[in-house]
Amino acid sequence: MRFAVPSNQAKEPDMQVTMTINGESVTKECEPRTLLVHFIRDIVGLRGTHWGCDTSNCGTCVLWVDGEPVKSCTMLAAMADGREVRTVEGLEQNGQLDPIQEGFRECHGLQCGFCTPGMMMTGRWILDNNPNPSEEEIREGISGQLCRCTGYHNIVKSIQWAAEHPAENEVKA
Amino acid sequence: MTAVEEAPLSPAGNPIGFGNMKRVEDQRFIRGEGNYVDDVNLPGMLHSAILRSPYAHARIKSIDTSAAEALPGVVAVITGKTLEGIPRPSLLGDNFAWMPTLSYDTQAVLATDKVRFQGQEVAFVVATDRYIAKDALELIDVDYEQLEPVMDAKKAMEPGAPVIRDDKGQTDNSITDVHGHKTWESGNAIGTAEAIAQAENDPNCVVVTQEIMYPRVHPAPMETCGSVSYLDKVTGQLTMYTTSQAPHAHRTVYAMVAGLPEHKIRIISPDVGGGFGNKVGVYPGYVLSVIGTIVTGKPVKWMEDRGENLMSTSFARDYHMTGTIAATKEGKILAVDVDVLADHGAFNGVAQPTNYPAGFFHIFSGSYDYPHAHCKVTPVYTNKAPGGVAYACSFRITEAVYLIERLVDCLAAELNMDPAELRLKNLLRPEQFPYTSPTGWEYDSGEYEKTMRVAMEIAGYDELRKEQEEKRARGEYMGIGFSFFTEGVGAGPRKDMDILGLGMADGIELRVHPTGKAVLRLSVQSQGQAHETTYAQIVAHELGINPEDIEVVHGDTDQTPFGLGTYGSRSTPVSGAAAAVVSRKVKERARQVAAAALECSPDDLEWELGRWFVKGDKERGKTITEIALLSHGSLELPEGVEGHLDATAVYNPPNLTYPYGCYICVVDVDPGTGQVKVRRFIAVDDCGTRINPMVVEGQVHGGLADGIGMALMELIAFDEDGNNLGGSFMDYLLPTAMECPTYELGETVTPSPHHPIGAKGVGESATVGSPPAVVNAVMDALAPFGVRHADMPLTPANVWRAIQGNPIRVDMAVE
Ligand code: FES
Ligand code: FES
Repeated sequence: MRFAVPSNQAKEPDMQVTMTINGESVTKECEPRTLLVHFIRDIVGLRGTHWGCDTSNCGTCVLWVDGEPVKSCTMLAAMADGREVRTVEGLEQNGQLDPIQEGFRECHGLQCGFCTPGMMMTGRWILDNNPNPSEEEIREGISGQLCRCTGYHNIVKSIQWAAEHPAENEVKA
Repeated sequence: MTAVEEAPLSPAGNPIGFGNMKRVEDQRFIRGEGNYVDDVNLPGMLHSAILRSPYAHARIKSIDTSAAEALPGVVAVITGKTLEGIPRPSLLGDNFAWMPTLSYDTQAVLATDKVRFQGQEVAFVVATDRYIAKDALELIDVDYEQLEPVMDAKKAMEPGAPVIRDDKGQTDNSITDVHGHKTWESGNAIGTAEAIAQAENDPNCVVVTQEIMYPRVHPAPMETCGSVSYLDKVTGQLTMYTTSQAPHAHRTVYAMVAGLPEHKIRIISPDVGGGFGNKVGVYPGYVLSVIGTIVTGKPVKWMEDRGENLMSTSFARDYHMTGTIAATKEGKILAVDVDVLADHGAFNGVAQPTNYPAGFFHIFSGSYDYPHAHCKVTPVYTNKAPGGVAYACSFRITEAVYLIERLVDCLAAELNMDPAELRLKNLLRPEQFPYTSPTGWEYDSGEYEKTMRVAMEIAGYDELRKEQEEKRARGEYMGIGFSFFTEGVGAGPRKDMDILGLGMADGIELRVHPTGKAVLRLSVQSQGQAHETTYAQIVAHELGINPEDIEVVHGDTDQTPFGLGTYGSRSTPVSGAAAAVVSRKVKERARQVAAAALECSPDDLEWELGRWFVKGDKERGKTITEIALLSHGSLELPEGVEGHLDATAVYNPPNLTYPYGCYICVVDVDPGTGQVKVRRFIAVDDCGTRINPMVVEGQVHGGLADGIGMALMELIAFDEDGNNLGGSFMDYLLPTAMECPTYELGETVTPSPHHPIGAKGVGESATVGSPPAVVNAVMDALAPFGVRHADMPLTPANVWRAIQGNPIRVDMAVE
């Protein structure tokens, strides 16, 4: 066993990454191998995006890059350089909850809340691209993401609720 | 008591009592503001990673950590040898290399002599970031001498089988419990054997025997296990943020392990991302984060990755059951006998009450009325991860329900009788409650037939059978499967139940402030169960305080009274009762204060929600808010009446509560591919009083998905070399939204007569009750092929093989 003096400089950060996160430009240093999910959580400090597996199966890490939902554990932070990222923290606008957030609360679409940010990000995207999705389309849309608590029933209902209650100024794709 | 009338609404629109109420906790979760353990970052915090064994059984010849230690950013590399060198001033052995399990066995924190399962902890690296910690693992060189692994529980006790626990001086792989027993029996062996022998010789009776495996599965909550530990060397205070379903029980275990007094340990379980029993055990990783902070003087975070979670922490089930059921040809069940081989893995780490080494498995006589039942359970060590009681199993009632519900369907097939009819013939009748089962449980209340009829009504059972008949004629295979389950939850009466000597009563504390707002402090721990909402509703129901004015505090041992935590569906039956009891104590005090203020005798007062008033003079009264202020004010109180409005309580349940339900699953099976599609799932639960029906239904939904998962896809199997074949979400398949239907729920309400608000608990009902419904449905679909039983998971491959008359053993990958 060995005791060393802990030092955060042990490894020189190798690169600078700049991206727009929820509308704000952010520049941070990280190793080239840093996964986007770890960059967002540990380096930028936005912890609403979660991390739940090693194999890109769970979808708790879903956020948007350039308007598309991605599993942020399958992407390096460097690959998001110059791009636009939206996370769960960016759903609420000017103190106004997004209908998808309201929907999850209205319809009990969450229990432990761990899958919820990813589910809401995908739900928002589904509705932006298809304002009146069928149940089947919703199920298929979230099928790359896992929830252990809700059995999906109320997640589907939550997204349906949001479809039925669009924000007044909701921009349709 | 009867069903609850609708509660009036508070100014915020919440029920002042029971009813659907939006969850308080959602406000943070929908904003991404939850606070899970991996979200905790303390100043100067270090990260860690665990090197795990690639082998199931091997001797450690040497470990070379020098290259890892030389890696910049690595702060400490700890092995079993290091731990052997840290003396431990406690009763549990003299060093830190071993720790106690919840079943009075020992488990290696870091392996010293041998590794005993694939994924076992071998070395621990602390570094400045998590990537460096993982890098360092690659640089540790362990020289292993491979030993023959024991993977097949059926061979573990064969003469000459390699001995796994030579560390304890064992000469075989048997497991001895704290009372010195190697097998655990329940019920009447002789009576059951006689009844079965008699039936065998009676032409009017049948006897059916079936081997039924409940394979190894994993709770796999979306958040893995982890902890952030910090020992303040000046104050000697250890603070641990940890994924724990039982913060107080864990604190006592750490106190025992570390030789620290409890008051020097603070366990904070912040938001927990699902538990399902995965977060009941004390794992080496937690202990290592503590050792990490002791060694480095810095806070240390340990966070499992998914592979580690699936391979090393808390598996569930692994029961090889052989059941025999005897009945008359008219379908009256006479007796059930069960023989179980229980695979406990390499360390006996099951988390259940001490006097119940097979958990509550012996509730397997189920929901039926018959006099003779007996079971014998033989546990063995194998080279697999420890655990056993997890995954919402209500202490092994999952296995019990699966066994009896499969046996009943096998019997129905033998008798060529409709499985619904067979169940209706045997269900316990309302007038039999309280009912003492042949294995000694006292069921509190139930109206079973009523519940079953509600489920059949929702399903449209007769039409379904007609549809099935038409489809069969066309060569299409649809199946309808039933499950009727009874659980015993809410462990438990302290005279019978303890874990590691800790009785299973729950403490609680309620303070009503001068302004009439309240704070309730719980010992139980939510992992998604909405305690912050439902406990406020219980207090609101009792005292008439608006639920939005009641703050529920949990998850911090410094801020809450002692209690054993949330698992086994025990929160509502135990701690929920405590919430009602403590509220009633406050209500009683409020009565004394109100009497003083109204200058009358407390006996002259009558209660209506939120207010004491003078009998016969409704206008003269005091609201709970007024009383709160009076109790803190200058009002002269009679001798013996204390001021203020707060109370504490410890609830020791007189008995378990017995929720039950009837589930019906409808599947379509493609015989060409073996693919099973769950088309409908009907669930009618009776969990007594429903505090928040929305939350109850949500929990049932989750459990139904679990049932689909376990029945059709989830499996931790091993190959003969000891490789875990379910170590990632690529291999351990969980149901997605595509495999789950929209569920159809119903309810009946039969309150528990001994619970203060009549609630029975529901958290695990659906996980317990649903797997047999799915399997029974698939077997029903396959009946034309002559298939009577195939083991879970009914993957396309397994179903296809069953159709070919060649069902396989699911737990072992043997070709
Ligand atoms: S963390 Fe599981 S998919 Fe990204
Ligand atoms: S709410 Fe817990 S995993 Fe989805």
